[in-house]
Amino acid sequence: MEIVCPAGTPAALRAAVKAGAHTIYCGFADETNARNFPGLNFDREEMQEGVRFAHSHGSKVLVAINTFPRAGAEDIWHRAVADAETAGADAVILADLGLLAYAAENHPNLRRHLSVQAAAANADMINFYAEAFGVKRVVLPRVLSVPEIAAINAETDVETEVFVFGGLCVMAEGRCSLSSYATGKSPNMNGVCSPPSHVEYREEGTDLDARLGGYVIHRVAQGEPAPYPTLCKGCFSAEAKTGHLFEDPVSLNAEQLMPQLKKAGVTALKIEGRQRSRSYVAQVVKNFRAATDALEAGLPMPEGMLARLSEGQAVTTGAYKKTWR
Amino acid sequence: MELTVGPNQFFWAADDWLKLYRDLVTAPVTRVVLGEVVCSKRLPFFQDRIPEAVELLQDAGKEVALTSLALVTLKRERKMTAALAEMGVEIEINDLSALAHIPQGTAFSVGPLVNVYNESTLGWLANRGATRVCLPPELPLESVAALAEVGAKTGVKIEVWGHGRLPLAVSGRCYHARHHNRPKDNCQFACEDDPDGLEVKTLEDQPFLVINGIQTLSDSYASAAHQIETLQDAGVSALRLSPQSGDFAGLCGLYRQRLDGDLDGAGLEAALHAGWPKARLSDGFLKGARGADWSGASQLA
Repeated sequence: MEIVCPAGTPAALRAAVKAGAHTIYCGFADETNARNFPGLNFDREEMQEGVRFAHSHGSKVLVAINTFPRAGAEDIWHRAVADAETAGADAVILADLGLLAYAAENHPNLRRHLSVQAAAANADMINFYAEAFGVKRVVLPRVLSVPEIAAINAETDVETEVFVFGGLCVMAEGRCSLSSYATGKSPNMNGVCSPPSHVEYREEGTDLDARLGGYVIHRVAQGEPAPYPTLCKGCFSAEAKTGHLFEDPVSLNAEQLMPQLKKAGVTALKIEGRQRSRSYVAQVVKNFRAATDALEAGLPMPEGMLARLSEGQAVTTGAYKKTWR
Repeated sequence: MELTVGPNQFFWAADDWLKLYRDLVTAPVTRVVLGEVVCSKRLPFFQDRIPEAVELLQDAGKEVALTSLALVTLKRERKMTAALAEMGVEIEINDLSALAHIPQGTAFSVGPLVNVYNESTLGWLANRGATRVCLPPELPLESVAALAEVGAKTGVKIEVWGHGRLPLAVSGRCYHARHHNRPKDNCQFACEDDPDGLEVKTLEDQPFLVINGIQTLSDSYASAAHQIETLQDAGVSALRLSPQSGDFAGLCGLYRQRLDGDLDGAGLEAALHAGWPKARLSDGFLKGARGADWSGASQLA
């Protein structure tokens, strides 16, 4: 199986390539991609250089252009697709219908992957994207179990890529406007979710409150580690109950499910974290590369190797095991 | 501008569900979209009432469309979506997988849960047979205006979320079931007890969201009360009103008065507060720094 690794900076790209990444995904430094954070991503020259470096080491580069183009400003996204092709990218990762149609028509030789932001959660939808826009690979939304993924693979020729490590969206990706409701900034339109610009920590007596857009969604005693107030992982109350009503603040680690995912017909394993440091990326990549190599060689999987990288956070196998079904 | 009633997002008992549509027979709305959009498990409880509702409304001269499910993952749900296409009623797609079942050349409409953010997407859907698109509620007025212009050129009617709790997210997971410590497959239909959703408050007890099965909505009721003239000038064809408990047909009447110029923005705002005293309002997605903002004069605490 192919390991698809995040790179938020040219340095992270080089680190991931050296650590053994088969494939890198990254984006331009603007609103065209879903990790539009200050100080992250690639300018045009860095992208060209990054692709050259990756190719010289036998790695591929995928360019994520996976926000939904703004009406009246589509040319920004069109330029991104053109520049990805010029840079020599091996594929673009797209989510918007209109942008897929544009890329298929104007850049027919540039391979198209369907972003997780398109939330294609069944074979009908995946086959629709393949027929309409020649999509060759789909990144599956994080709402599916392993048997559901196997069922999808049985009904489509489109390659499937699944997230195995890192941050975890609990809502169907690309179909969530919780962040823009609270802050005005959304994943779909701005490439950000629960942005730091709208986060505020405030001491209230002996507590430390974390606010997002003014809403208090975390409270810890002072001195305790305060989690980042991501909306869907916040703490809320309903009726007499207070807690993580949507999802606990966990991150995904499906490392131990790799053999099942392989059996389910998955082509590529994706690691989340373009906002992460290069040393983090290098370590995760190294571990996952070792695990895939072991898997391909029929050797037992190394055990629990990534626990310390989850930064003391609880980890989950997400929907793949679907204990809540 | 026309008024469209969107599908009821919540789970109501079959009798209450049918009563909503009986009441709409005499309401001043042009179009009604009905069916189940949130959870496939709810459908069997009112499925047998759908033909009666469709007939009632069609006999009253209303256009009727059936919604597809918002999130289709199970085999059963794919079959349901395929079966929709054979009911002889126009389909409003709220998930692109429904397109797989609509033959090329058959007209359909597009609901607010499909991502139509720009001209190219709208153009592609128009080409594929879309005759009407209700835009995602997240879109600001500038985008609405740009898309209404394309709609006018391509013959696609553009609809805007006019009133109702905002559909903010869908998930594979059921939050009603999670709240009651039940697995999704044994949810015991907890969502039926909350006809307008289960209120979710912040740690400061501030009303914020509501849970509705796998869906999360805003606590506030979005209202385009103060944006009607701007939407009319932009060439928007219709305003969508989303069902809520209470006198919903009366609410449709208030919006009709607003469109006809018999009520101004402040008048509609006052009437909404009088009829639904606990309902907070918002219009920040259309015009504001964030979705939850309200441009009106009054706001409840």
